[in-house]
Amino acid sequence: MSAPAAPSTPPAPAPAPAAPPVETMTVKVNGKTVQVPKTMPDWQGKPAPTTMLQAARIAGVDIPHYCYHDKLPVAGNCRMCLVEFGTPMIGPDRKPVLNEDGTPKIARSVLPYEPGTARGAIACATPISPGMEIYADSKATQQMRESVLESLLINHPLDCTICDQAGECKLQEYSVQHGKAGSQFVEAKVHKPKAVDLGPRIVLDDERCILCTRCIRFTRDIAGDDALGIVNRGSYNTIGAFEPGRFDNNYTLNTVDLCPVGALTSKDFRFKMRVWFLKETKSLCTSCGTGCNITIGSREGVIHRYEPRDNDAVNGPWMCDSGRLNYRWIGRADRLKEVLRTSSGGPRERITWNAALETAADILRRAPQGGVAFVVSARQTNEELFLLKKLATHTGALTDSVPREGDPDRLLVSADRNPNSNGVRLTGMAFTEFGFNLLKIADGIALGRIRTLVVFGEDLTREGLGPELLAKLDALIVSDILPNATTAAATLLLPGAAHAEKRGTFVNVKGRLQRFQKAVEPPGDARPESEFLQELVQAVTGEEPARSIEGLFNRMAAGVPAFAGVEWARIGDAGVTVQL
Amino acid sequence: MPEPFKLILKNLDEPGYTPDIGCYQRHGGYEALKRALAMPPRELPDGKKLSPQEALREDVKASGLRGRGGAGFSAGLKWSFVDRRSGKPIYLICNADESEPGTFKDRQILHKDPHQLIEGMILSCWANDVKLAYIYIRGEMPHGAKLLNQALKEARAAGFLGKNILGTGYDLEIHVHRGAGAYICGEETGLIESLEGKRAYPRIKPPYFPAVLGLYMCPTIVNNVETLCHVKHIVLMGPAEYAKLGTPNNTGTRIVSLSGDVRRPGYYEIQVGRVTLGELIFDQNFGGGLKAGRSLKAIIPGGSSSKVLKAGEVFKLNHKGADGQMTKVDVPLLDLPYDFDSLQQAGTMSGSSAIIVLDDSRSMVETLGNLSEFYAHESCGQCTPCREGALWLAKATHRLCHGEGRKADADYLTHIAQNIQGRTICAFGEAASWPVLSFVKKFRDEFEAQGAADEAAHANARGSVRPAAGSLPTH
Repeated sequence: MSAPAAPSTPPAPAPAPAAPPVETMTVKVNGKTVQVPKTMPDWQGKPAPTTMLQAARIAGVDIPHYCYHDKLPVAGNCRMCLVEFGTPMIGPDRKPVLNEDGTPKIARSVLPYEPGTARGAIACATPISPGMEIYADSKATQQMRESVLESLLINHPLDCTICDQAGECKLQEYSVQHGKAGSQFVEAKVHKPKAVDLGPRIVLDDERCILCTRCIRFTRDIAGDDALGIVNRGSYNTIGAFEPGRFDNNYTLNTVDLCPVGALTSKDFRFKMRVWFLKETKSLCTSCGTGCNITIGSREGVIHRYEPRDNDAVNGPWMCDSGRLNYRWIGRADRLKEVLRTSSGGPRERITWNAALETAADILRRAPQGGVAFVVSARQTNEELFLLKKLATHTGALTDSVPREGDPDRLLVSADRNPNSNGVRLTGMAFTEFGFNLLKIADGIALGRIRTLVVFGEDLTREGLGPELLAKLDALIVSDILPNATTAAATLLLPGAAHAEKRGTFVNVKGRLQRFQKAVEPPGDARPESEFLQELVQAVTGEEPARSIEGLFNRMAAGVPAFAGVEWARIGDAGVTVQL
Repeated sequence: MPEPFKLILKNLDEPGYTPDIGCYQRHGGYEALKRALAMPPRELPDGKKLSPQEALREDVKASGLRGRGGAGFSAGLKWSFVDRRSGKPIYLICNADESEPGTFKDRQILHKDPHQLIEGMILSCWANDVKLAYIYIRGEMPHGAKLLNQALKEARAAGFLGKNILGTGYDLEIHVHRGAGAYICGEETGLIESLEGKRAYPRIKPPYFPAVLGLYMCPTIVNNVETLCHVKHIVLMGPAEYAKLGTPNNTGTRIVSLSGDVRRPGYYEIQVGRVTLGELIFDQNFGGGLKAGRSLKAIIPGGSSSKVLKAGEVFKLNHKGADGQMTKVDVPLLDLPYDFDSLQQAGTMSGSSAIIVLDDSRSMVETLGNLSEFYAHESCGQCTPCREGALWLAKATHRLCHGEGRKADADYLTHIAQNIQGRTICAFGEAASWPVLSFVKKFRDEFEAQGAADEAAHANARGSVRPAAGSLPTH
């Protein structure tokens, strides 16, 4: 089996059984009447009674919160989401009490022992009831928020000037929105440990911590590593690792994202860049086939961090540490930056892209059918693979790709360590199992039948095609990002671009087609492969290049059955699922 | 003159009374259990039949028994909330984590008459189809835990516990679990977390009401030691007779822990509402009055977290006249009947029925400083207002007690406390803030005078630099 037999019609969602009508109830949020479902997904996605916080969101009202997180079990400890509310009054006859105008009389929530004082309920955990009114901006609600903020700040070091979280800190944001300019506090602050080495990638500042327990819940309930907890009591509470310094699962850095304040910081990122200088680019992680959605933070051409980008169809709000920290190679000093050609016997010379593409086109045009082979990487984009497929078809070439496997985990890491194996399959550049044709290609080279080898993004010397074998070739056309033994042997070397330096699409292990955007410029003469490949295709086949990545994608969608009907614009930020 | 009424305390202080099962049985012990388990189904006038277990649950409701732990909630109603259709086991936990300052009643039972508790527990478990129950005993009572384990062993050997109790086919096991010394473990959901082996962080309600999602997320009943003992007496007396003890809606007896500036501090069992606060303090049968030359200043009527009452206060209480009409009548402090409802109407609570008496030798500022330090130390720190507020209160009162007060501290304390009460996960928020709110409200002059004096002293110390505000030593 080569190209999968996918239907040529657009992928249609399986006909779902008629969903039962959603039961709703009516509540009021800040005076606005809204119909909300009786149940909504809880942190695990299971239906649970709709909470005040969820109902308010439907009404377009965001209730401030620290400890609550959509994807973590509810803790209810920060009290920031306390809201005053009202419920319809019920008379002694168990019937609603009505106002003169026939509307139901609402009893505002008050303290049972002090009926003149409003009582708040935590919006994150309190289910709504029919006719409930939520006063998310009442005076009493505002006073509750103000006092919670005051409490959170009395022992806080207020060291925003040197805090990594500054600029993306909920304590700062809510202080601006809901806080007071001053505090009455005149006591000495509680002092707690600073710069605690929690694990190999995490540093904790206990004085900044607001004890929301998001990190504890994440590592216990999501990562499955019950490594964090609270020690001491009351105001002296501090977060601690079960084994100090050993908070070391592959998901620890998510706690830095989750931390609403500057308590947990990433050793990799801390003190490197003020976050407000970072340009944010929507991209994908390339470290495995899961295709976690990420945001690249870069400034002036330098990438400073990856952060997970929410996508419930793929990674939710999380990503693994190994993927997150796998970005340094993009800025490596030894990146391939020059277009190089080796004439037979002569030295390597730096040439222009025009000269290089003319050389390549000349080789491919003149090659006999079957005289060329292509080995592509499952790190290439669909668009690149689509163009390479055109060249392979034109030259009647054998094609293959290189598998990259590792141990999967129970959360996100896939056994397939290539980001776009399915793209390779869907564009027809390799069989379901990669490496199937590599032996044939090696044989073809050894027997002199294959005289030209085109290699994109793989070091074939590590796949059994040693330098002696490659030396038998007339032409070894290689495109890559970083130097290796194969690039060293190349007769024509075309420096390519990292994913962060270009736009394109991948298909993840589950068939999610996702696109990514360009964050930084490629170094030196390096260019996005889809650009120069289009020029090469034109030179070889005469086909006009598309004017943009959008146009190229749409052209590919017409040519690759699995992508039929998909347009670049429709992929959106969350991707679409295609049939594998 | 009102007298103590010994129901729970009937035997345990008698000379020669020992905590072993032989002694307990010689005094009629386990007769209630035998009687209940032999009970036939009950025919109701409307032809319905109640199983003997349902009948006992109804009896506890009819007896009017209210929880003796602090909240005074109807025990029968609490039992009726239990989710009996979940298919999960139902657990019963005896809350023996008696920790409210001033309270020392449950420890009398635990140490001197453990079988009375065990019999009450077995009856309560049987009535609620409980097969596994726990006694969560305060960590500071190691001897009590030892005695309880011994008593459980004896009860097992006698066939009152374990498999096939008294040949009825009913199985029950009771385990003793010792706390590790934290006040918050007395909060029922904190207790449950602790029993599950976790940090005793109280649970949010909703959704974690013990009756539905309690121990191991199963329906759970948590009752106080004294409450469970009363079940035995309800079986023996019948609910109607039992309800004749005490006063309407405040039935039965209660053990009052009386401490502070009285001549005869101690524990006294009374019929609820049949004895007044004044009688408890001044009568020879109870407190025996104040020390010579002293006058009453204040009463903390229901454990340290209840709002303080000031000598001379007069309260408006509901009074049901002979014609059935409700009227308000003036009741002076010392004439307050010691029951659940009267104290609530007086703006405080009977709580754990621990009365702490303060005479005129006491500084209210220092007393509050003591209480606030306790609550700062015991706040579990889970939720923001209490975690930060409790220590803030302690630091402020500590300042006032150590020459660093300000006249404005009365308002300052009120501000802090008002931002705690009603905003926390559990009632500890109220426990920490109510003493402050009531002390400052009723003895404002003392707080302001202290603050003003400190300010004046600093102003007079010419050239001196005001030292940094005092802080509590960290524990």
